[in-house]
Amino acid sequence: MIGGKRRWDIWSLITFLIFAGYLIFLALPLFMLLIKSFFDGTTGDFSLAYFYKFFSKAYYMNAVWNSIKVTVSVTLLSIVVAGPLAYIMTIAKIKGSATVRILILISSMSAPFIGAYAWILLLGRSGVITKFVSNVFGVQMPDIYGFTGILLVLTLQLSPLIFMYVSGALKNVDNSLMEAAESMNCTGLKKMWKILVPLIMPTILAGGLLVFMRAFADFGTPMLIGEGFRTVPVLIFNEFISEVGGDNGFAAAISVIVVLFATAVFLLQKFVANRKSYSMSALNPIEPKKLKGIANVAAHAYVYLFTILAMMPQVYVAYTSFQKTSGKIFVDGYSLDSYRAAFSKVGDAIFNTFMMAGITIIIITLAAVLIAYVTVKRKGAVANLLDTFTMLPYIVPGSILGIALLVTFNKPPLVMSGTAVILIAAFVIRRLPYTIRSSAAVLHQVNDSIEEAAISLGTSTMRTFFKITVPMMISGVFAGAIISWISIITELSTSIILYTGNTRTMTVAVYTEVVRGNYGVAAALSTLLTVITVISLLLFFKLSGKKEVTM
Amino acid sequence: MSVAISFKDIVKKYGDTTVIPELSLDIKKGEFFTLLGPSGCGKTTLLRMVAGFNSIEGGALTFNEKVMNNVPPGKRNIGMVFQNYAIFPHMNVSENVAFGLQNRQVSKAEQQRRVSEMLDTVQISVYKDRMPKNLSGGQQQRVALARAIVINPDVLLMDEPLSNLDAKLRVDMRNAIKSIQREVGITTVYVTHDQEEAMAVSDRIAVMKSGVIQQIGTPRDIYQRPANLFVATFIGRTNVIEAELAAGANGEAEICLTKDYSLPIPKLQPLMGSKQPMKVKLSIRPEEFVLSEDGKGIAGKVMNYVFLGLNTHVIIKLENGEEVEMIQQSASNGVVEIGQNVRLAVVRETINVYDASGERNLNRGSGL
Repeated sequence: MIGGKRRWDIWSLITFLIFAGYLIFLALPLFMLLIKSFFDGTTGDFSLAYFYKFFSKAYYMNAVWNSIKVTVSVTLLSIVVAGPLAYIMTIAKIKGSATVRILILISSMSAPFIGAYAWILLLGRSGVITKFVSNVFGVQMPDIYGFTGILLVLTLQLSPLIFMYVSGALKNVDNSLMEAAESMNCTGLKKMWKILVPLIMPTILAGGLLVFMRAFADFGTPMLIGEGFRTVPVLIFNEFISEVGGDNGFAAAISVIVVLFATAVFLLQKFVANRKSYSMSALNPIEPKKLKGIANVAAHAYVYLFTILAMMPQVYVAYTSFQKTSGKIFVDGYSLDSYRAAFSKVGDAIFNTFMMAGITIIIITLAAVLIAYVTVKRKGAVANLLDTFTMLPYIVPGSILGIALLVTFNKPPLVMSGTAVILIAAFVIRRLPYTIRSSAAVLHQVNDSIEEAAISLGTSTMRTFFKITVPMMISGVFAGAIISWISIITELSTSIILYTGNTRTMTVAVYTEVVRGNYGVAAALSTLLTVITVISLLLFFKLSGKKEVTM
Repeated sequence: MSVAISFKDIVKKYGDTTVIPELSLDIKKGEFFTLLGPSGCGKTTLLRMVAGFNSIEGGALTFNEKVMNNVPPGKRNIGMVFQNYAIFPHMNVSENVAFGLQNRQVSKAEQQRRVSEMLDTVQISVYKDRMPKNLSGGQQQRVALARAIVINPDVLLMDEPLSNLDAKLRVDMRNAIKSIQREVGITTVYVTHDQEEAMAVSDRIAVMKSGVIQQIGTPRDIYQRPANLFVATFIGRTNVIEAELAAGANGEAEICLTKDYSLPIPKLQPLMGSKQPMKVKLSIRPEEFVLSEDGKGIAGKVMNYVFLGLNTHVIIKLENGEEVEMIQQSASNGVVEIGQNVRLAVVRETINVYDASGERNLNRGSGL
């Protein structure tokens, strides 16, 4: 490293431009939200009335309590379900484990509300399984609506994240540590509790945080399967929709409280995880062994059962998409009618999705390459601040970002509401982190001396970047871009706030068709989304040469 | 306390491949015993059988005559030092060292006493509250050693413990390991591929290749009288030269290196009846070559030399085109120049003579 002040160069300009982008599309909207919440919508005076209203009414506090109940239960249950799953898959040889891993990954990549609606089709009042059980056994299935349903759907949807995190951590645990414990007569559960769990605790916390944030921000699931079980995102959406055209102050106030709460949880997790993190690299990783007898059967049963449950929604939805429909109900026989209806009725949504996601992904790719470079190779106060900015979307729920953008850009000087631009801006901000992280990870492996070598040979800074650095990081960039892409096309909570008739996306179309009871079209569209997701994932595996995804 | 370990016809198989075919070996009580060999020779496999981490497919492994084949690792009362130390990263130094004692119903006070005593022995008491990530490689190594010994194990097992350290630290640590082992007096099985390290620490060494023990002996035995050419070339440096063995004028065995240079070697095993000359291979270590002063010896030409202070390594091309290495005391008077023609004499008392296959050492009094 050369000491002294770095002189201005092209990178300073790039950093400045990226910063400006974040200020306009992230910092400013959040600031506007804050302003809105503290000033009366009609008089324009400073007031705490919105906050007073929120904290004084049991109706609102009830939604907060519901959200906390759902979020905490989903997080804990996901850890309890997926932690052992990852452990089993690490220590035991499971037949078809490669396929199982891919299926679990696919199940986690779909939009959660599709799971909600599929489980309604399966376990709802007139669900297939409900009817079957009551006809054959005469037993009434427990009610799926409300808390139970949300817990089921979100746990199945989000526990794969814990599974992937913990599997990754277990891969870094050196088997010598296990053997060292065994040689000192610390075996079985005691070994797990005293050695394994503490070692992977930071990972469990990180995965737990991700699940917590997703469950907390999820809007589609409680909306569909909650039936009056109101959570905070539902509350925000309802308040916002019912106030459109007039006063957004109350929705803004709730958003501010939510963001503060999420930030507090995030910081707490960081604090705990940092105090307990260990750098590990496994010289001899734990090798899966073939289990014997009952243990082998139990391990296989657990893994397969989980995979089947996780894949059930998508498989069943795909099945119903080929069923004949008459009006809104499914009838016997198979046809492609649902697909025909989907293309004719909501063809524009399919076009919109590809168009907007396409433009978004181009912007994301360019921005991620530059941001990754600035934050990894040009460390400093500015780079650190930029790093923090890119982390913010992890904390700000999608619906809140949507509202923030809308209240900021619905009046001059920048009118964007109702256009594709505002949706693309939201998508870029929210899904950029995946590509940045994947690009930065590759860039960390590239030694500084490689660039220095190019520069010492008389190559310019920019030429070095494009001829040397970019080609070396491109695999990571593309891999990240694919994950961003998948998460854009399955995005609902921001689009539902920002869309208008012309900018409807596929997920919005699925959601509205489900609400209208048009299950055939919804199923066809969902299946299309799943197919695109699977193809994208296969491309990801091919490009990255890996069979896992970092979130 | 310390035990004698014995392997009787031990077999190790992975699926259908046999990695160790019927191996027998006795390790004495309190001995520092090293398994030495190139990678893949089965030395780590053997060590992990003693630890109980590898299953045994045939034969018997005994500690003091007690069969251990199916005793789980935790019940064998072993202390093990792993190649990458396997220090628990979430525990500080004292907690790491105390870990084994906590699984053994030792009172808290007793635990503390033994831990602090052990930390003194390995000289890391000042770091007792540090987390592993704040320790250097050498310090981590000492923690690993302390953790293994503090439980008073019957056997201390070490799997290439020094391979992650830098060269200087490696020398310091091997001296430390040796002196601590001597102080505690515990039976130790040590695995390494570094022959110099093996010679420095061991009471006895077993040299292995492809799952078979080639030779067992003291470091001196193994260096001076290698049982076969593999051992001769693996331990230290040596020149292998083909020659003929014949009966000399007075019936004594005589090695014929060139037409005009022969050496009588009285200690050779008698020729088996036949008077026919027989092809042999000689292992001549670089220090067993000297510049001839009386004009007798193998003719050659100095190709290169490397001055290393204490001694000088000289590369000499022989008449038949082969290159050999000679080590010369730098202080000796025969200074060489590149291109100089020389005659090399051989120190006949110490060289080793093998049959043509290189499997059998013909020197009397050698062998397994």
